Amino acid sequence: MDVPVLPEQLPPQVFTTGAQLLDLTDKKLVIVLRDGRKLIGTLRSYDQYANLVLQDTVERLYSQDLYADVPRGCYIVRGENVLLLGEIDLDKEDDLPLKQATVDEIYDAQRLESANKKQKEKKKARKLHGLGFEAENELVL
Amino acid sequence: MLFFSFFKTLVDHEVTIELKNDLSIRGTLKSVDQFLNIKLDDIQVVDEVKYPHLSAVKNVFIRGSVVRYVHLPANAVDTALLEDATRREAAAQANKAK
Repeated sequence: MDVPVLPEQLPPQVFTTGAQLLDLTDKKLVIVLRDGRKLIGTLRSYDQYANLVLQDTVERLYSQDLYADVPRGCYIVRGENVLLLGEIDLDKEDDLPLKQATVDEIYDAQRLESANKKQKEKKKARKLHGLGFEAENELVL
Repeated sequence: MLFFSFFKTLVDHEVTIELKNDLSIRGTLKSVDQFLNIKLDDIQVVDEVKYPHLSAVKNVFIRGSVVRYVHLPANAVDTALLEDATRREAAAQANKAK
């Protein structure tokens, strides 16, 4: 049986966290954190745990087709909180189907969104209750 | 180290990564390291309307600890070979323990 082998010319250090992040340094990146936040900034330093140093960071808030940027400054992000880093295509960035809004507008839109969601969940829970399913840790009134 | 080696054989194949937050990203596997951090090129988010923050992104680095599944192209995986490698590694471990 043929054993698939890697081409000899690739040394093992090609496959390290450092090598993977090296070509992302000094680029404009979007970092998604475990709590769902999206940070946009320039990657200046990192280590093998994907601890990151970001410069000129803004936090981008989204709601449907709106977004808003909140200036945040310099960040050291502990690696365990990082979901992913994405390199932003500077050409594509300009023709996004999104409209910039103020932070307050986003907050309003997000509040509306979560209220709608809550209402939907409540409706669903009530219907399930009618069928004999009890929602966990929740009282259906 | 078995899965690290296995993922190395999948470099340049098209894979779909599903994260623990239910986000699915399809792209070409470019690199993997010992934590199974993964780098993808030419990415496409499976439910793009729901995740607008990635529509201007061309390649991503995904931290291994947040991956739930990696969907692989079936024809790129030799399960018999993988099974064999698993047995061999287990045997080597058992030898080491003696």
